Amino acid sequence: MTTRISARFTDLAAQGRPGLVTFITAGDPDTETSLEILRRLPAAGADIIELGVPFTDPMADGPAIQAGGLRALAAGQTLAKTLEMVRAFREGDDATPIVLMGYFNPIYIYGVPRFITDAKAAGVDGLIIVDLPPEEDAELCLPALEAGLDFIRLATPTTDEKRLPTVLAHTAGFVYYVSITGITGSAAPDANAVGTAVARIKQHTALPVAVGFGVRTPAQAAAIAAGADAVVVGSALVEAVRKTLDQDGKATANTVVAVETLVQELAEAVRGVTRQAAE
Amino acid sequence: MTALNSYRTGPDEGGHFGIHGGRFVAETLMPLILQLEAAYKEAKADPAFQAQMASDLVHYVGRPSPLYYAERLTEHLGGAKVYLKREELNHTGSHKVNNVLGQILLARRMGKQRIIAETGAGQHGVATATLCARFGLDCVVYMGAVDVERQKPNVFRMEMLGAKVIPVKSGSSTLKDAMNEALRDWVTNVHDTFYCIGTVAGPHPYPSMVRDFQSIIGRETRAQLQEVEGRGPDSLIAAVGGGSNAIGLFHEFLDDPGVEIYGVEAAGHGIASGAHAASINGGRPGVLHGNRTYLLMDGDGQITEAHSISAGLDYPGIGPEHSWLHDIGRVKYIPCTDKEALEAFQLCSKLEGIIPALESAHAIAKVMDIAPTKPRDHIMVVNLSGRGDKDIFAVAEHLGGQI
Repeated sequence: MTTRISARFTDLAAQGRPGLVTFITAGDPDTETSLEILRRLPAAGADIIELGVPFTDPMADGPAIQAGGLRALAAGQTLAKTLEMVRAFREGDDATPIVLMGYFNPIYIYGVPRFITDAKAAGVDGLIIVDLPPEEDAELCLPALEAGLDFIRLATPTTDEKRLPTVLAHTAGFVYYVSITGITGSAAPDANAVGTAVARIKQHTALPVAVGFGVRTPAQAAAIAAGADAVVVGSALVEAVRKTLDQDGKATANTVVAVETLVQELAEAVRGVTRQAAE
Repeated sequence: MTALNSYRTGPDEGGHFGIHGGRFVAETLMPLILQLEAAYKEAKADPAFQAQMASDLVHYVGRPSPLYYAERLTEHLGGAKVYLKREELNHTGSHKVNNVLGQILLARRMGKQRIIAETGAGQHGVATATLCARFGLDCVVYMGAVDVERQKPNVFRMEMLGAKVIPVKSGSSTLKDAMNEALRDWVTNVHDTFYCIGTVAGPHPYPSMVRDFQSIIGRETRAQLQEVEGRGPDSLIAAVGGGSNAIGLFHEFLDDPGVEIYGVEAAGHGIASGAHAASINGGRPGVLHGNRTYLLMDGDGQITEAHSISAGLDYPGIGPEHSWLHDIGRVKYIPCTDKEALEAFQLCSKLEGIIPALESAHAIAKVMDIAPTKPRDHIMVVNLSGRGDKDIFAVAEHLGGQI
């Protein structure tokens, strides 16, 4: 079955370049502004969009994304509103893949079967659920895969050769390689080490590999993208939102533009990385 | 669920107690958790590990803790014969040290030099700092900024013992946020760091490992009671935050059919007020900090803030084994308000000359309710899990005075 995610990676391979995956937190700083940012991401150069589902206790996230989530929750964001944002986005864009990224509890409370139905209907393509390792596949991974939602797993520097097959077993869409042992937005990864790790993962899977955590600048994005199928930038974009807010934490005229501009710069750098097409 | 032959065989291989428990953690941590599980299994079966544990429990911790017949409290209440299991007499002043000793010995076995811990009231932090000093390990304690403010003596103790205390300002700046921050540290420093969790919660194997280390409380109780009364207890009662002191007392007796067991949850200003820390009485099952269990949350699955006068009970969750024991009806979980705990705090101090921790005062408050309804030959054991020295400032403030 061709999904939006597989179609996009096929397309990127044909163009002979890596992709840019952009992360924003749904509802940050409010639902409307966030939807406007979402709508502009594809034209600015985002190839795939990760939409963060806010959670009060994001144990794998650094200060930037923690704060973005709390801003969204304070403004009244809910999982239902996040799905509604995706539905609204799909009215104008049927090609750009959207992956929801977050933690399990809001989905568990929403109800897993209901969530899968509603996410599919809204136009969600994949899920990255940080606190659902393969050991808990029965919770959401397996029913989501059955319904045609890609379940994208995180592989990390601590995932050794022995464990890698377990991690990849029920992974679909792409593999997200976490470039550092750490939380989002912390230390910058070493591009050489990342390239080696990606090559190691590719010995075990035909899926594309995207790399993220700690990638902030266009130059870093280009360096990481050179050794992967795609690079993920998140905290830097969430920081871009924060820097434009007024003293009450409300969006200003600059908010949407600031994110758009940074995505354009990142995309330009990533698109400058060329490689032989159709390897 | 099929009929059980025993309530003491859990968890299953995946760390589940009924629907509760499990391993809901980021992939970075999974290999470590599996490694920890294997290392613990090995240690548990190693007589050398058990021997060192037994020796340090006697000579360093000061065990066995006495089982004390609270004569005046019993007379005052006019019903059940009340015994106090004196965990507050342990080194560092609470039951927390039983678990920390076990985990630190395990960390040494695993070659980990750096220990991290979360703490609420500071009892677990002090116990961890103490054992790290004893064995020459680096110690970092995460503590909510709000708790740092209200538990200053314990912060000073930890620093005196050589630990680094990091105030956590994220989220609501209390215990749950300290645990988030400790998990973030662990994800970042996986290679050299051991996370010493203070209660029977978190991803498998923590809930069962911490329970094993604490279950010496119940084993001693059985032997001590046999000696003085020639028989076992009729009822057990203990305060439950995460629930480590409670499971430590209960586990030994889960299969004794006649024994009534009560866990006391912190009801703050009352369950109806919404300002409480009673996960079972006022929450529902969800997933946080590596396990499924009863949690306080809103309709969107966002975790809500707990409230209790006792910083040690001020947590929006509870250990998964307790959630299961509630689901199957083996243990009865009952609420106790701040006000009731304060009254019990004073009564126990005046009648027995023992100032209990505010956490333990919650259990005593329910003894005050239940003991009078029982006959005089009913033997009730309450876990006096900690001493109240750390709480005198908070209590003074609530009673309208100041120290």
